[in-house]
Amino acid sequence: MNTLSYKEQWFGNIRGDILAGIVVALALIPEAIAFSIIAGVDPMVGLYASFSIAVIISFVGGRPAMISAATGAMALAMVLLVRDHGLDYLLAATILTGVLQLIFGVLKIARFMKFVPRAVMIGFVNSLAILIFMAQVPFIFGVNAITYVFVGITLAIVYILPRFFTAIPAPLIAILVLTGIVMYSGIDMQNVGSLGTISQTLPSFFIPNVPFNFETLQIIFPTALALSIIGLLESLLTASILDDATETDSDKNQEARGQGIANVITGFFGGMAGCAMIGQSGINVRSGGRGRLSTFTAGAFLMFLIIVLGNWVVQIPMPVLAGIMVMVCIGTFDWGSFKYLATAPKADAIVMLLTVVVVVYTHDLSKGVFAGVILSALLFAAKISKVDVRKEGLESNTSNRYTIHGQLFFASSQDFVSAFDKVEASEGIVLDFSDATVWDDSGVGAIDRVMNKLQAQGQTVEIVGLNASSQKLVDKLATYGQAGKSTH
Amino acid sequence: MYEKILVAADGSDHSKRAAHEAVRMAKANPQAFVTLLYVIDYEKARTEILHSQSSDEVHFERRKHLVPLEEIFRSAGVDFETKTLHGVPGPTIVKHANETGYDVVLIGSRGLNALQEMVLGSVSHKVAKRVQAPVIIVK
Repeated sequence: MNTLSYKEQWFGNIRGDILAGIVVALALIPEAIAFSIIAGVDPMVGLYASFSIAVIISFVGGRPAMISAATGAMALAMVLLVRDHGLDYLLAATILTGVLQLIFGVLKIARFMKFVPRAVMIGFVNSLAILIFMAQVPFIFGVNAITYVFVGITLAIVYILPRFFTAIPAPLIAILVLTGIVMYSGIDMQNVGSLGTISQTLPSFFIPNVPFNFETLQIIFPTALALSIIGLLESLLTASILDDATETDSDKNQEARGQGIANVITGFFGGMAGCAMIGQSGINVRSGGRGRLSTFTAGAFLMFLIIVLGNWVVQIPMPVLAGIMVMVCIGTFDWGSFKYLATAPKADAIVMLLTVVVVVYTHDLSKGVFAGVILSALLFAAKISKVDVRKEGLESNTSNRYTIHGQLFFASSQDFVSAFDKVEASEGIVLDFSDATVWDDSGVGAIDRVMNKLQAQGQTVEIVGLNASSQKLVDKLATYGQAGKSTH
Repeated sequence: MYEKILVAADGSDHSKRAAHEAVRMAKANPQAFVTLLYVIDYEKARTEILHSQSSDEVHFERRKHLVPLEEIFRSAGVDFETKTLHGVPGPTIVKHANETGYDVVLIGSRGLNALQEMVLGSVSHKVAKRVQAPVIIVK
C-alpha cells in the first residue's frame, strides 16, 4: 500500500480519470433519479445532491476515486421524514447529518468499524438490494403488458450488450434506444416527468424553511442520526474495497469528515444526504478512474448533462429506469451469502438473517445494523461466558485438583460457583487457573464465594496458575485471603 | 522448448489442471520458469472484503486459493513465482502477458454453457484471441 501526495491524487491519472468520470456521470443519472423517487422528492433533489456531494468530496474526501452521491441506502431512511414533514425538513436533516458525521470523523469513528461484524455488513448490502428492488415493484408489476416488455428489453440490453460492446455503458444505450422508441411511437407510458420536474439550472444556496427550535430538532434528529450511521458504514466499506482494488491506502477518518462537509453544504443547496456508492465506485475503477479528478468529473459532468439534456431526461420511461434499478439490485446483492449461510457458524448466519429481517420490516438500515450488532455482541458474550471446571485424574475420588477453563466474568461467574456445589471432602484442594482469565469484580467475587464455602467446610484450598492480570485483580479485591491464609 | 510459462489461475479445479499441464511442459526444459498469475476483479474484491473482518483475513483467504497451486509446482520441483494483480481478468491477463512476453500461456476453461458465455463472457477466449503467444486452454 502506498500513499500519494494530494497533487498526485488529483493529477496522477488525468486521461483515465476524465474518461472514467464521464462514464460514471452517465451511470449516476438514472440512479440519482430513481433514488429521489424512492425518497419521495423531486428528481432534482437527488441530482443536485449527486453533483454537489461528488464535487465536494473530490476535494475533502479521504479515498481518491471513490464515488459519493445520492444513494439508495440514504434515500430509504428519508422516506418517512419526507412523507410526514416535507422537503425542507429533509434538507435540515441533511445538514444535521453532515454535522454529526463531521463530529464522528473528528472523534475518529473509523476505528469502531471493526466492531461491526461482517455478518451485519453482509445483511446490510443484502437488505439494501431487497429494499431497492421492492421500491421498483410498483413500476414493474401489475401496470400493463407493455411495461413487462420494456423491463425485459432493458434487462436484456444491460446484461447481454456489454458482451459485445463496452465503449458506451449499456444502461445508457437502453435509455437512449427505449426512450426514443416511446417518444417516436407515442406509446402511453409513465415517465420520469410524470413523477417530478427537472429544472435546467445550477443549484443555489438557501436556508431550509424550518423553524429553528427544539421541536424541529426532535423531528430531524432521529433521521439524521440514522443517515449519518448508514452513510459512514457504506462509505467505509466502499473505501476498504477500493483500497484493495487499487492497492492504495486511504484515510477513513478524513473520508468521514469529508462526507460530513459534503452533506452540510449539499443540504444548503437543496440536495439530499448521500454517501459513497459501492457499485458506482466499481464502475469508476473498472473504467480506469484512480484519482480525485474522476470523482470531480463525475459530479461536474452530471450537472452539465442535466443542464443540457434536462428536457430529454424527463422522457425516460419508468419501466426502463426500473429495469436498470433491478440490475443495480442484482449487483448490490451479495450472492456469496447463500454459501455463507451454509458454511458460516450458526451464530453468524442468524445475525445476518436478523439484520435483513429487521431492515426489510422497518425499512431502516440503521435499525437492522443496530439489531445485528447487539445480537452478535450477545451471542459473543454467550459464547465466551462458558466456563468449564474439570476434576483432573479421570473423575477418581482421590483427585483434588480442579482445572478451570475459560473466561471468568459477570456472565460466567454463576456457572463457576455452581460447579463447586458438590465437592467431595478431600485433603488439600487445588484450583488451577492456568487456562482461565479473571476479568472483573464478579469473577473475583465468584472465586471468593467458592473459597469461603470450601473453607467453611474445613478444606484447605490453594489457588495456582493465575496469570498476571488475574492475580492483580484477585489480590486487590478478594476477601478469602485474610480468612483462608490465616487459618492454615 | 518453452522457457517462460504463464499460468493464469482463479483457484478453481480448472486452474489446477492448467497448473499440472504447465508442470509437464516445465519438466521438458530445465531452464523453464513458471509465473502463476492470480487476478482479482472488483466484484471478487467486494465479496472478499465483505466476508472478512480484516485485511489480514482477506490476505489469508487469498493465500488459501494459491497455496494448492503453488504446491503443484513445488512438489514437482519446478521454479515458479506468484503474482497477484487487480483488474478485469481478461484484459489484465492479456496486458500482463503481452507486456512481459511469455513463450506460452496456459489458462483453465471454466466450462460455461452457451448462455453463461453470452452473459459472462469467456475469459479464456479473450486471452486466446489477444495474447501474442501460443495459448493453451486446459479443459
